[in-house]
Parts: sequence; C-alpha cells; structure tokens
Amino acid sequence: MSVAVPGEIRAAPPSGAMSARLAYRRSRVLREKAIESVLFLAALVCVFTTLGIVFVLVSESVEFFRQVSLWDFLTDTQWTPLFADAHFGIMVLLSGTFTSSAVALAIAIPLGTIIAIYLSEFAPFRVREVAKPFLEMLEAVPTIAFGYFALLFVTPLLQRLYPQLPGFNLLSAGIVMGIMIICYVASVAEDAMRAVPMSLREGSYAMGATRFQTATRVVVPAAFSGIAAAYILGVSRAVGETMIVAVAAGMQPNLTFNPLEPAATITAYIVQVALGDLPHGSIGYQTIFAAGLTLFAFTLVCNIAGHMLRRSFREAY
Amino acid sequence: MAYARDLAEVRLLIASRKRWDYVFALLGLGALMVAVLTLTALFVDLAIDGIPRLSLDFLTSFPSRRPERAGILSAWVGTSLVMLVTAFFAVPLGVGAGLYLEEYAPKNWVTDVIEINITNLAGVPSIVYGLLALGLFVYQFGLGESILAAGLTLALLVLPVVIVATREAVRAIPQGIREGAYALGGTQWQVCRDHIIPYSLPGILTGVIIAMARAIGETAPVITIGALTFIAFLPPSPVGPEFPWLSFDWLWSPFTVMPIQMFNWTSRPEAAFHANAAAAGFILIVMTLAMNGLAIWLRYRLRKKIRW
Repeated sequence: MSVAVPGEIRAAPPSGAMSARLAYRRSRVLREKAIESVLFLAALVCVFTTLGIVFVLVSESVEFFRQVSLWDFLTDTQWTPLFADAHFGIMVLLSGTFTSSAVALAIAIPLGTIIAIYLSEFAPFRVREVAKPFLEMLEAVPTIAFGYFALLFVTPLLQRLYPQLPGFNLLSAGIVMGIMIICYVASVAEDAMRAVPMSLREGSYAMGATRFQTATRVVVPAAFSGIAAAYILGVSRAVGETMIVAVAAGMQPNLTFNPLEPAATITAYIVQVALGDLPHGSIGYQTIFAAGLTLFAFTLVCNIAGHMLRRSFREAY
Repeated sequence: MAYARDLAEVRLLIASRKRWDYVFALLGLGALMVAVLTLTALFVDLAIDGIPRLSLDFLTSFPSRRPERAGILSAWVGTSLVMLVTAFFAVPLGVGAGLYLEEYAPKNWVTDVIEINITNLAGVPSIVYGLLALGLFVYQFGLGESILAAGLTLALLVLPVVIVATREAVRAIPQGIREGAYALGGTQWQVCRDHIIPYSLPGILTGVIIAMARAIGETAPVITIGALTFIAFLPPSPVGPEFPWLSFDWLWSPFTVMPIQMFNWTSRPEAAFHANAAAAGFILIVMTLAMNGLAIWLRYRLRKKIRW
C-alpha cells in the first residue's frame, strides 16, 4: 500500500501567507465536519428504522383497536377476521406460534447445548475448524428451502411412522425449525463457554475432575447467563420464523396445542393476508399490523433480555 | 494389602468417570451429525427432485400454468435487480455507519442509542420489516409494489450484518497504524480513506457477501410488500438504444423473486409443480451456499495471511 501524499499540502502556498493557510485550514475543517455528518446520518438510519417500525405498527394498530376492543383481542377464542361474523382472538394465532416454537425449542435447546459443550470443551481443533463453518452454512439456507423440506420430506417421513398425520402439521414445521435454530443456539452458547477463563478449568482439572465433570460442573454454571441468553434468542428466532410454518403448518387458524394438527401462526397469518389482495385501510389489512405488533413486542422483550444477560455475562469476566 | 485394594477401587472409579467423557464426546458428535445430516438430506432431496427439471428452457421461460413449460426467467431477473438496489443502499450505509461507530463516535448517549438499535434490529423477525415496508414504502412514500420498495426493505434488513462486519474489520486494525497516519498530519477522513477502509476491505467484503446471501433467500418481507407470484413479463430494460441509454423505469416495475416463485410452486397441490419448486430451490441453495462458502474462505485466508 503506497502512502498517499495528501494533495492539499502541496496546494498550500509555500510562502507562508497566513490568510491563504487559514482559508485552506478552514476548508479542510469544514470538509471533515461534512464527512462526519454524512457518516453520522448513515448510523442514524438504524434508529430511524426502529422508529419507523414502531410508528407503522402502532399507527395501524390504533386504527384496528378503534374497531376491536383490546379485551376481545386478547380473550376471544376465534380468529375469523375476513368472515362476515368477524372474530379477532389473537389467542388462536398465539397457540399455533407457541406450539410450533415449543417443538422447535425441544429440539434446538438440548442439541444446541450439547453441540456447544462438545465444540467448546471436547472437540479437537480440527473438528471445530470443520464444524463451525458447517453450522454457519445451515444458518444460511433460505428458509423457504427448509419449508419445502418440511412439507415434502419430513412430513411424508413422519406419516410413515404415524399414518394419521395430516399433510399440514405443526410437528414437522417445528422439527425443521428446531434444526435450523440449533446452529444459532449452539454458536451463542459456545461463545459464552469459551469466554469462561481458562483458570477455572485448570483449577478443576487440578482437582482431578474429568472433562465431563469440568464441563458440567464448572464451565456450564460459570457460563450460565450466556447460555440462558442463547436460549432466549433462540425463542425469539422460533417465534419470528415465517416461511417454514407458512409452507408446512397450513394457514388455517386453529386453537390447539397439539403439534399433530395443522394451525396458523402469527407470521403465517401475515403471509396469508399479504398473498391476497386486501384494500389498504380495511380491517383485514389492519389485522396484520396488530398481529405484527404482538410479534414485535414479544421478540423485542426476548432480544433485550437476551442482550442484557449476555452483557452482564461479559462484564463478569 | 488394603492399599492395593484402595488403588484398584480408585482406578475403577477413574475408569467409570472417564467413561462419561467418551459417552459425551460421542453424544456431541451425534448431535453435530443431526445438523450435518439434515443439511445433506435437504440438499440431496432438492437435487433429486429438482435436477431433472434444470435446463436452459427452465432459465429462459416465464411461469406458466403448465408445469412442464414453466420457468424462472422473471424470478431470477427480479432477484438480480432487487439485489442491485439492496447492495446500492446497504453497502454505503452499512460501511458508513460502521466507520462512524468505530472511528468517529463520541462516547455519549446518542452512540449508545444507535448501538442498542443495531443489536435489536438484528433480532427483529424479517416479516416485521415487511410490515414496515408495506406501511411506509408502499403506501406512505407511494413507491408501490416495486423493485425499489423491495430493494430498500432488504437493504434495511441486512444493514446490521454489514455494520457489524465493518466494525469487526475496522477494530482489528492496530492502533499504531492510525497513530502513524495522524503523526504525518493526516486528517481523520484521510486516515479512514487511505488506511482504515483499504485495510478493512476484505473483512467488509466478507460481511457484504453474507448479507447478500441472506437477502437473496428472504421471502417473507418481499411477500408482505405484495410482490406478485405470477409475473409473465420482464421489467423495462435498464439500458436502452436511445440517449441517455440508461433508464430507471425498472425501479418502479412489478416483480417476483426466486424464493417467492419457489413458495408459489411449493404451495400448489400438483407434484409436477413441486419438481419446479425443487429446481428453483436447488439453484437458490447452491447460490447462497456458494456465497457463504466464499465468505468463509475469504475470512479463513484473511486470518492466516494478515500479520500486522
């Protein structure tokens, strides 16, 4: 890399005329200020994005709640916003979201934790070098491809074990979603475990503990808040996941906690409405913003809790 | 005598404790295998179902009601154009924001607010970005269901990825380089332009590739802003035969993208369309995995080569 000679220095008069130098200096300062402001505006885009999300969701939801009371929204047990006899019970969509997420987490949390402990405490260097990029790849697969896989590979497979399983069901969507978020849970949890100081492990080994004892009785408790953050962020992922459930779980609103049934989640409902052609400003159009606000609020709480746990963990070491 | 018996007991104890080490190592490998096998099964499934459908015709035909004649022409053209818009906005904004936060930002509450926003935005479900775009870009700004609206939406979605990658790359540059440049009288921007940006370029590039791979595969936000699933025409060409040769009418054109085309074919009941979906999915997954592979390789080389 050649060192660039700033052209401005050559442009400055060598005679030392004070006014010219001052003018040059001022233009330089001005240009620096201008560039800093432009970069600052680029950084502010993120703040405006959040404000935009809150503004859009809240303003459309306010319109919605003018027509539907909050009480009905939270307690009604039917979700039929597009029927003549319209009901707006978000519980119906929440039950689908809850069930598919529960299936996903039942897979992602144990497997993700085991993988994290294995990669951080057991795996030889070579295995880790190969496994980590592979897990990243798993995270990079487009979710629509996972949806296809859930509907046309996992569901037929499950139907062989249990023939009464309907073509659309929360179980296969949840299983595939769980495998998708394994890598996410594993990588956050592994980061937490690797941040545990070596001296703790050395102390444990010096007392004659085995690898397994060190991992489960020293490293995991020491990294607990970081691991908890991984779980919470995993919950947020599962709740916000869209295409897998939209493809594989069906889009029928169904108040159920049985993973063997088809049901719509909040996200799948939004996709279903967006696929249709609802006029701007109608109640059906506003429902997706009310549903989206519920989703956003929930994931926001999860994300903030997760990041606070992670940060408190980082401060501890 | 008693000593020998104790020794034997202790050895037994050690052996039984050690056994748990092996059991757990096997368990860990098994758990890893679940992830690896799923990715392999997904890939092989798409390949088996989709490769028979892959042909030049598939790439150069519009979607059709007859599955054997349908193709992904409008989808891949749409994806390319949307990615162009996304990169055009996400790269300068992301690099600028990353540079600001690492090199310029004072330690105050404004910076804290920006940082908190970035971490939170990285965790917002993608469909919420779709709702933002539907309310703001499509209706408030009047962009309609256009390539521009989709590109902007995906740009906002991947912005945190570019920012975080930029910040990590910039942070890795040793302080001595900055001090050397400042000692020679460089201004802050000169230091950034001539040193910080060039040295962090490979790291930034890695982040940009990962961000683009993510944007290519995103379906939900693009559906939410109302991308159509059946498009049998191409957007107006960006280059024309007449002066000024460049036209930006394509920005306002309706469009479809690869994942939406795949979603549309997947959700139809006929098996013949599923083969089309698999073919489109195969192309999509090969593209995203190749891009991620490239990024991982770049990062690996970077880590090996750079000695400050």
